[in-house]
Amino acid sequence: MKILVCISRTPDTTSRIAFTDNSTRFDETDVQWIINPYDEWYALVRAIEIKEKNPETVLHLVSAGGPELDAILRKALALGGDEAFRIDTDSKDSYTIAAHLAALCHQQQYQLIFTGKEAIDTNNGVLGGMLAELYPAEYVSLATQLELSSDGCTVTREIEGGEETLTCPLPAVISCQKGMAEQRIPNMRGIMGARTKPLHVVTPEAVSPLTSIVQYELPAPKAGVKLVSADQPEELIRLLHEEAKVL
Amino acid sequence: MSVLIIADLQDGHLKKSSNSVISYGSAIARQLGSEAYVLVLGTCSDDLSALGNFGASKVYQLDDASLAVIDPKVYTQVIADVVSSTGARVVVFGNNPTAKAVAPGLSAKLGAGLVAGACALPDTSNGFTIKKTVFSGKAFATVSILTEVKIITLQPNSVTIAPVGGIAQVEKLSVSVPATARKVAGVKKTEGEVPLTEADVVVSGGRGMKGPEHWGILLDLAKALKAGTACSRPVGDAHWRPHHEHVGQTGVQIAPNLYFALGISGAIQHLAGVNRSKVIVVINKDPEAPFFKAADYGIVGDLFEVVPRLTAAIEKLHAEK
Repeated sequence: MKILVCISRTPDTTSRIAFTDNSTRFDETDVQWIINPYDEWYALVRAIEIKEKNPETVLHLVSAGGPELDAILRKALALGGDEAFRIDTDSKDSYTIAAHLAALCHQQQYQLIFTGKEAIDTNNGVLGGMLAELYPAEYVSLATQLELSSDGCTVTREIEGGEETLTCPLPAVISCQKGMAEQRIPNMRGIMGARTKPLHVVTPEAVSPLTSIVQYELPAPKAGVKLVSADQPEELIRLLHEEAKVL
Repeated sequence: MSVLIIADLQDGHLKKSSNSVISYGSAIARQLGSEAYVLVLGTCSDDLSALGNFGASKVYQLDDASLAVIDPKVYTQVIADVVSSTGARVVVFGNNPTAKAVAPGLSAKLGAGLVAGACALPDTSNGFTIKKTVFSGKAFATVSILTEVKIITLQPNSVTIAPVGGIAQVEKLSVSVPATARKVAGVKKTEGEVPLTEADVVVSGGRGMKGPEHWGILLDLAKALKAGTACSRPVGDAHWRPHHEHVGQTGVQIAPNLYFALGISGAIQHLAGVNRSKVIVVINKDPEAPFFKAADYGIVGDLFEVVPRLTAAIEKLHAEK
């Protein structure tokens, strides 16, 4: 079994969000970078669990971006995985990156590909679905559980108003969310071992983007909280009904 | 040229949430001087012509029971066929689990640019740009779609457009539905509760609730508000409430019209899951709780005294209506 885990680098949740260059670029000053939590806690850890159970599994990691991603890939390798690939691109277009990943999939013939359900900076959640179409592979979105079976995999996923458990053949792309696995912390042996694991830099073929980001903006600051006295909570309901008009 | 809006079905009925998506798609059609068509995939017993009320001129229905299983491969193929037969230039989904499964594959299949989680009508004055939330609601990005066909998934509760009135023409489609390679072993519906991501109002509790045995007052408030119920991460981790109620950065992200936070301090990870709510109400005995900075309304006080009185006030309001 050959598995690929797609990871992205995102600002830590507590980072200050600001923009530069006339609000066309994210301001990276003093930003603490992390592996996107959905990619790390759910996608990567589930893949590692599968490898621990079936040691012959080959586990590859991939990320798309410049050399600044290498630290994140090494951290992911410290948790687990055999080799990492960095697709050398500055594109932010999901389709472009999906096309680059599809090229890697064609070359490596992965049977299972994991992504997180979305990156916490772009909030897109579209990469896995695009990759599944291009590879091609089955796509299971918003998965909360996955088990391998003799003829494919059994996955539980979120649907409108509930959950669905399904079986599908491989290859499959699985987008992972809470429930899939539990967060792990790399140990010293993993960190030392990760230093010598291969990290390949791939120069991708040119792909025309389908979208581009024109500008960023910050939301208008909140007007400030309107406090209601604890002695008159009924006043709050009146305000929600008459002023905010949400009741 | 037309705008094609994908409606959602549940148990053979149109979902109410589709109405606002249809209204939004119709507004884009008016903006572009074109027609709004709705696509209903699967068996549905509702009067589809009534969707004219939300601005649709035509409703296409593909009445095939196998579409009850939402297989991205099947759905992308079917929708792509309808896009080409109707000459649609814009495809609109609600940003829900169905769209998350289907829209990305459709984008790749058609080579059509996708904006996921749009929160405003597009600007079509110069190209086609559209605003969406990024950084978990802490910022917006304006994204330009560079392709002839555009795909948009609309963030729930983000755009309100009044019904325009009218009757739509209904047309049954005969498009061949490819066979699915997957088998559905079981479906578990969240029974008797308002699904969190669809709820107009959400009532959420944190550690300030002091223990699972005290949840009765929260549930009473939720019932009076016909609200979904949620909790903070520590509450989910302590098993006071089921995990699927956990809202926040790593739990469920919600955007209701009204969010009640009871005894939640408002850590940044929690805010990342709820800051797209239209109106936030915070009830906490600690006046320094960071959540008050992100709130629209607040009460500094003992929630065990305040919440039952809120419930009574809401019941009184309903009785007066």
